[in-house]
Amino acid sequence: MDPLTAVLASIIAAATPLLLAAAGELVVERSGVLNLGVEGMMLTGAIAAFATATTSGNPHLGILAAALAGALLALLFGLLTLTLLANQVASGLALTIFGVGLSSLLGAGFVGVPGERLPRLDIPGLSAWPLVGPVLFRHDILVYLGLLLPPGLALFLRRTRAGRILRACGENADAAHALGHPVIRVRYLALLFGGATSGLAGAFLSLSYTPLWIEEMTAGRGWIALALVVFASWSPWRLLLGAWLFGGVTILELHAQGLGLVAVPAQVLSMLPYLATIAVLLVIARSGRLRAPACLGRPFHPPV
Amino acid sequence: MRIGLEPRIERSAAVALLAPVVAVLLTLLAGAILFALLGHAPGAALYAFFISPIDSRYGLGELGVKAAPLVLIALGLAFGFRAGVWNIGAEGQFTLGAICGGGIALFLPDVGAPWLFPLMLLAGVLGGMLWAAIPALLKARFEVNEILTSLMLSYVALLLLSTLVHGPWKDPEGFGFPQSRLFPEAATAPLVLAGTRLHLGALVALLAVPVAWVVERRALGAFGARVAGLAPAAARYAGFRRPRVIWAAMLISGGLAGLAGVFEVAGPIGQLVPRISPGYGFTAIIVAFLGRLHPAGVLLAGLVVALSYIGAENAQIEAGLPQAVGGVFQGMLLFFLLGCEVFARYRLRVYPARRRA
Amino acid sequence: MPPRLELRGIVKRFPGVLANDGIDLAVAPGEIHALLGENGAGKSTLVKIVYGVLQPDAGEILIDGRPVAMRSPHDARRLGIAMVFQHFTLFEAMTVLENVALALEDEIPFPELERRLLEVGARYGLELAPRREVHGLSVGERQRLEVVRCLLQEPRLLIMDEPTSVLTPQEAEALFRTLARIAAAGTSILYISHRLQEVVELCDRATILRGGRVVATVEPRRERVETLARLMVGEEVREPVRAPQRLAGRAPVLEVEGLSLPADHPFGVALREISFTLHRGEILGIAGVAGNGQRELVEALSGERLAPRPESIRIHARPIGHLDVAGRRRLGLCALPEERLGHAAVGELTLAENALLSAWPRLALTRLGWIRPRAVAAFAGEIVRRFDVRTPGLEVAAASLSGGNLQKFVVGREILQHPEVLVVAQPTWGIDAAAAAAVHRDLVALAEAGTAVLLVSQDLDELFMLADRIAVLHAGRLFPPMRTRDVDLGRIGLMMAGIDREAESV
Repeated sequence: MDPLTAVLASIIAAATPLLLAAAGELVVERSGVLNLGVEGMMLTGAIAAFATATTSGNPHLGILAAALAGALLALLFGLLTLTLLANQVASGLALTIFGVGLSSLLGAGFVGVPGERLPRLDIPGLSAWPLVGPVLFRHDILVYLGLLLPPGLALFLRRTRAGRILRACGENADAAHALGHPVIRVRYLALLFGGATSGLAGAFLSLSYTPLWIEEMTAGRGWIALALVVFASWSPWRLLLGAWLFGGVTILELHAQGLGLVAVPAQVLSMLPYLATIAVLLVIARSGRLRAPACLGRPFHPPV
Repeated sequence: MRIGLEPRIERSAAVALLAPVVAVLLTLLAGAILFALLGHAPGAALYAFFISPIDSRYGLGELGVKAAPLVLIALGLAFGFRAGVWNIGAEGQFTLGAICGGGIALFLPDVGAPWLFPLMLLAGVLGGMLWAAIPALLKARFEVNEILTSLMLSYVALLLLSTLVHGPWKDPEGFGFPQSRLFPEAATAPLVLAGTRLHLGALVALLAVPVAWVVERRALGAFGARVAGLAPAAARYAGFRRPRVIWAAMLISGGLAGLAGVFEVAGPIGQLVPRISPGYGFTAIIVAFLGRLHPAGVLLAGLVVALSYIGAENAQIEAGLPQAVGGVFQGMLLFFLLGCEVFARYRLRVYPARRRA
Repeated sequence: MPPRLELRGIVKRFPGVLANDGIDLAVAPGEIHALLGENGAGKSTLVKIVYGVLQPDAGEILIDGRPVAMRSPHDARRLGIAMVFQHFTLFEAMTVLENVALALEDEIPFPELERRLLEVGARYGLELAPRREVHGLSVGERQRLEVVRCLLQEPRLLIMDEPTSVLTPQEAEALFRTLARIAAAGTSILYISHRLQEVVELCDRATILRGGRVVATVEPRRERVETLARLMVGEEVREPVRAPQRLAGRAPVLEVEGLSLPADHPFGVALREISFTLHRGEILGIAGVAGNGQRELVEALSGERLAPRPESIRIHARPIGHLDVAGRRRLGLCALPEERLGHAAVGELTLAENALLSAWPRLALTRLGWIRPRAVAAFAGEIVRRFDVRTPGLEVAAASLSGGNLQKFVVGREILQHPEVLVVAQPTWGIDAAAAAAVHRDLVALAEAGTAVLLVSQDLDELFMLADRIAVLHAGRLFPPMRTRDVDLGRIGLMMAGIDREAESV
């Protein structure tokens, strides 16, 4: 592969964990819930995948374990915020702290253990195309999932009744309830979906991107995913663009270190993704396109 | 038969006070179960975690050393949270405070006693405020969410510290280790309890509690901030303008975090190193909530959470438990607290079965 | 033939209040039946029970003579019940068609749904553009959407909760004609209102609720409005009588000239060249349908939003457009917004704290930035005494007060600051008749003592009763004020819809 193709392919890969996590959180936020615990769910998913894959020898079992772990944590969050009506910001932070701690605890025995890598799945036929082939069609299954989620969600939200009901719950939960839609149930389902995809994002990191377990290996990607949802103005297609942008920044940072831009210390280059996130948030705020779901973050108590 | 939550007309003060206590008890219970699952005798592990770390003078001092930064930071965070301003980047403001204060110690040692130390403290407070001013500006002027911006800046601050101690600020006689020179004597926080590492910062944190209490109750600005957190439209109507509330909340919490940072490097650590905090800025969030956002509660909560830190270290040594248990404890504590304090606002009600036609 | 809808012994309790206390009601097929009662009588609660949004604690619901279990709006819709809510159940960011789809039981493909929507719209004169997003619709159009949405379900019982509170008089007339047509086609209509005139005009029978109980079931056309009012409220309510005032020669206190302000958020209204003069001791009424800039005008005057040109707002000829809320209060301009909880007062704060909330710039309740608790308590206590606020104490949360008592408190709070100008919006929205009369008396007394009062209200009866002059606000523009005695309902109605054929001013 020539360098350009290699770089493009690596951008697609780097964007995957962001895409997976942000797609799930987008669904959650459009239903009206703000789940800040993405980082915690991602890390727990990462260790669940790693531990399951190395003990069983089967990385696909690891993927399942990661989705399950993420969903379970999201369920816990749902219990606190949807049933017990606790403050969503505080609960999300609690979830992050708990998830980070839990993952470190569970991962204590796995540091330094060599990982099981996810097999690469070349799409027959498509992967032979020039340029587009190696860039898009020679990845593992989680990358493909990440690429399919935005169009799939766009279809779901715009064209299906279930998607419409989900959007209604995020726009005006009281009205949705008055019309008879099960707001709390919809939000629970959205949370489970978001938890699963965050877990899968973590699984990608520990089973494909760098098949190892390192404490706090997500390095803030969960938070960046949250920013991505804002950047995308809660629309799935823009999420793709944002994730690729950030994937690009990450790869740029890696290669800049390698290409010997020695004037700049490695740590300063590492700041790039975080500074880029702030810049992107500022840009989107100033553009006036910020239209969050109207009920985002507000607890809903169905009158009886 | 159905069980549901019914809103109370008046918040129950009794439940609000009991909730943290119940949360701590539930955490202990969950902790015991966790220890058992990890293959340790729960009783011995709990003892190693909560009792034996503080049954010596040195241990109590260590409790204070860990509690001081938590309490200082949490006092500021509590003020902000009450105003609806979510400063999640206290870790970064803590770090900037340490950098600025430490910079004074490293590059202006000739100022000498007694002015050097106060100057460091001032620099630390200003450094923390400066770092908090960025998310404040972004939110007040551009409506950018402060949770994400302050958090991103935390990562940047840590990388900045790393850059400095690996590069320009590295001790030339440090055998290549990433650390700065040791701070001169005049730049070290004085000890307040012989035989321990307990330093002036703990005293300052202790004194900050009653000050915060009085301000919280009687200052018009604090009242305005509280209104802003409860009902933003009412705050505007009453004349407490939103940008002012945002700036005040961020600068106060940033300044206190920066102060905690400079105390930490001038006290227990004594120099600048890449890792100066076991996550104080983040854990202080738990302390703020556990303390129900009230200064006295923050003090008690700070002691409890500090105990979980040194307990984790101690349990690792005495009982062979992994250190990450501390983080799990803290997360569980916050979970249980959030779950318990719901009952201050809602009552559990049993709805009788109805005849179905 | 059994009644289309029958309620037997419905009971519903909320924390602290018995909303429905053994209600019996019957609606015949094709009948327009009014549910009358003042604010807080339990009407909204009752119909939410009929529609399945709330569950009764006791009692039965019968449809066409058969008892049914109404567990959710789905059940209600399947039984042929449709409801138009008082506070619209619409989704702003979604299109008309999507809003309709969300209210229907079956999933109908969009092309078919669009066809049906246009057809029903044409049949009843309720036209709508299917692909427009709801946030761009006017209030009247939104209500049309709510009604059409119901009609698409071909309901056998249509419930309407206070539908005319957001309509101009002409739009209300058009609605009545539509409802008559629907009833003639066999649909029963349960019509909730506290407006006696329209009930007498429109309805076949009326059930009157008071304090959660049924006090009478009557045929409105056979009764006098005064009798119905007495049944609704249960006592003589003394509304004040405002003698016609001579305004010539009075000193102007508040002058607004060319006040323009852009909308502050995507769904807001821009103010355009607002101009009027308010005189000492005058009550100037601002009429208009909701959503035409009332909130924006009040916020521009109170100081919550600053005016681009300082001279566009003047008190005693002094420009104040650049002053913030505290600055304007110090000069004697006090304001009271329409939202009681969350804006004019904070539900979680105590009455004492709520007293401090708006009064701190003007009264000596603080010193050098520190609160003086005893002064605050004394002030709050005086409000409670002078304005007959029923409360167990000063330290209770404001949210525990009834709507009427809280409104008396916040109005009293502003009056006791002895303002030069008081801007007040919707002062009697959603409160019981006795409290409303008390507020009216207080405002008249305030004006008689010399304060200039700007009364922004959607209630034309209130404006006609209290205001010396009335100006209509439409789409952010203010029609020139007219003397109340020179103006009639028809002309005001047209202005509220934006039409003014004979431009005339006083």
